[in-house]
Amino acid sequence: MASDLTPRTQGRGPRGAAAGARTGAAGQASAWPAAAGPRDPDARFRSRQWRQRLEIAFFVTPALVLFAVFVVVPIVQAGRYSMFKWNGLGPMDNFIGFQNYANALADTIFQRAVTNNLLIVVLSIAIQLPIGLAIALLLNRSFPGRTAMRVIVFVPYVLAEVVAGVIWALLLQPNGPLDSVLDAVGLGFVKQVWLGDPGFALWTVIGVLTWKYVGLAIVLLLAGLQGVPEELNEAASIDGASWWQVQRKITIPLLGPTIRTWIFLSMIGSLQLFDMVWILTKGGPANATVTMATYLINQGTERSQYGYASAVAVLLFAISFILAILYQTFIQRNDSDDASVVRGRRKVSR
Amino acid sequence: MKRTTALRAVALGAGLAMLATACSSGGSGSSEETAGGDGENVTLQWWHNSNTGEGKDYYDQVADQFEQDNPGVTIEVSALQHEDMLTKLDAAFQTGDTPDVFMERGGGELAAHVEAGLVKDITESASETIANIGGVVDGWTHEDKVYALPFSIGVVGFWYNKSLFQQAGITEPPATMEELNAANDKLKAAGIEPISVGAGDKWPAAHYWYYFALRECSKDVMGEAIATRDFSDDCFLRAGADLEALVATKPFNTGYLATVAQTGPASASGLLATGKVAMELAGHWEPGVMKGLTEDGTGLGENTGWFAFPAVDGGEGDQAAQLGGGDAWACAQDAPDVCVDFIEYLLSDEVQKGFAEYDMGLPTNRSASAFVQDPALAGLLAVRNDAPYIQLYLDTEFGENIGGAMNDAIATVFAEQGSAQDIVDAMTSAAANE
Repeated sequence: MASDLTPRTQGRGPRGAAAGARTGAAGQASAWPAAAGPRDPDARFRSRQWRQRLEIAFFVTPALVLFAVFVVVPIVQAGRYSMFKWNGLGPMDNFIGFQNYANALADTIFQRAVTNNLLIVVLSIAIQLPIGLAIALLLNRSFPGRTAMRVIVFVPYVLAEVVAGVIWALLLQPNGPLDSVLDAVGLGFVKQVWLGDPGFALWTVIGVLTWKYVGLAIVLLLAGLQGVPEELNEAASIDGASWWQVQRKITIPLLGPTIRTWIFLSMIGSLQLFDMVWILTKGGPANATVTMATYLINQGTERSQYGYASAVAVLLFAISFILAILYQTFIQRNDSDDASVVRGRRKVSR
Repeated sequence: MKRTTALRAVALGAGLAMLATACSSGGSGSSEETAGGDGENVTLQWWHNSNTGEGKDYYDQVADQFEQDNPGVTIEVSALQHEDMLTKLDAAFQTGDTPDVFMERGGGELAAHVEAGLVKDITESASETIANIGGVVDGWTHEDKVYALPFSIGVVGFWYNKSLFQQAGITEPPATMEELNAANDKLKAAGIEPISVGAGDKWPAAHYWYYFALRECSKDVMGEAIATRDFSDDCFLRAGADLEALVATKPFNTGYLATVAQTGPASASGLLATGKVAMELAGHWEPGVMKGLTEDGTGLGENTGWFAFPAVDGGEGDQAAQLGGGDAWACAQDAPDVCVDFIEYLLSDEVQKGFAEYDMGLPTNRSASAFVQDPALAGLLAVRNDAPYIQLYLDTEFGENIGGAMNDAIATVFAEQGSAQDIVDAMTSAAANE
């Protein structure tokens, strides 16, 4: 099976195969014109190997430098700051070990932020997945105006988050446009103080997030649907399966890897949620919509507690990182196998 | 493919180079002229936030005049947009490369700068000007030393819509809390929402508690609390109880917990400017903000009224004391001595008179008070000048850490989820964390 999947290295001889394996990431490099090298195959190979390394270095170094300067160094620095009580001014000389972490974990508002984040993770998936799947399946059938519909559905996701936030803040203001529309259609009784009620604000935020991000789910799932071979549907139809049966037994299982990838993206986005909440409520009222990121800004940097803010940032990073690893290990583990199963089936059907 | 990478590398290199130049040019500012004696050439960097129109021109003239009067002194003026200036100043304080002359808001923020060795002690060198402007320098004093000269100080009070008050049958602006509650009832009976408050931004809501604390606590107790960060006096709890009582009467605009202070027509200022509510507790900036929020650019126009925060029955504080704040000029610790001459010049009768005439703020030099043009502001200025003392906004006074914790706790009281005790507890635990 495995050899079926790597046709490009076949018949190239053991060395070629080894080189292919060694260069891994730079797979295209093995397609370099062989005629340019000297006659002696060994020397040719060595020279080629050298050029490959040079090429890899050339392409990778700028990215690595950027990664180091803008990702690795700040993370390490944040870890260092988090051990100090420091207001950002003057020398950082008040080392307090893990006290900042202990303070954060013991703070009820931080605990609320973590709870809110986890709630948003779960609800985003629970709400957006069924909606996204349903709309993607609909949009995958052909009907007049399908392209326009696809664009419309994706517009909220393309809109800048801050712009969308400001629009919603205006729509949701007391006696604002949304309330007027509800009154006009006789639904005045569902009116709420959408963002100003501590008991309701989080639901409003989740509603807006659904509107904003369901487009991403739809587009990803639509892309996934393109990978579901038409032949399977045909075969199933010939065997007498209804449209529903085809979706349930064939399409959705084959969408598995796409769905799991989307869940991953949604989860990370929910954990790091900041912009929309900051625009709509700033984490209020009375901390009802606080997330880890708004907590970091509000309790940390806006209070000039840079050590504490760094500790919260490290906690946010750690929580996201651990969840990501767990997810990849236990849920996305089999996806590469799934993909090969699909490809295998495709071959069979030919 | 290769070309784009090469281009990218070039762009990256250029970016790094620019970054490096930016850093080095930022650093060069205040260090080149530390010699600073008479007859030598001295350059002063001055950052201010009057970056448009008459105010900008006026400050340019002021700088020119000072250069003429003091040969050898060059003033490099940077007129920055307010938020930009704050961001740049924050960065400057963190790197220690501050301009020579900059703005300080006083209180805990200033104290942090002083402790980091960033601000010049001007107690002796500017003693005449300090004596001239009087008690308002208290907010810029740290451990009995003065570090900046306040040039514009306003006080917080109720801005109200005269015609809506009339409509509701309120003849006299309320002077006590009972009268305020009675006025609220009358307004509600007339179908008018009494008060707007930008509790979404927290600080506008927090002003209520500050005022209750000012009315409940004697000046000594307040001064002690500021010095020791000890908030155990009972008067702070009474201030919270007063606030809970006020919130319980539901005088505020619908959805006030998410209302912002002064951006857009649905903000607290916008609601007052467009006649949707009858009053709002705000500072001296309010008429200017309201002008920007109405289509004809006049705000409430002739209907603009102002009254001081009402007295609280049985309070131990001075019932005429006012809450306020403003901006002051400070010199960097390592700035040349002529810097102090310059900020004293900025507080002189002459410069403050022009400052008042152009409506750039509320001058602290009393000789300039008469030149304030706006009638509403002139009335407010009279109250300020007559106040027995002016307490700096408490969040500024206590610094960002305690101030932030305090404002958050006050906002939860507005949401009827926190208690008077929670405010004191939040402040105490933030203080323990300093």
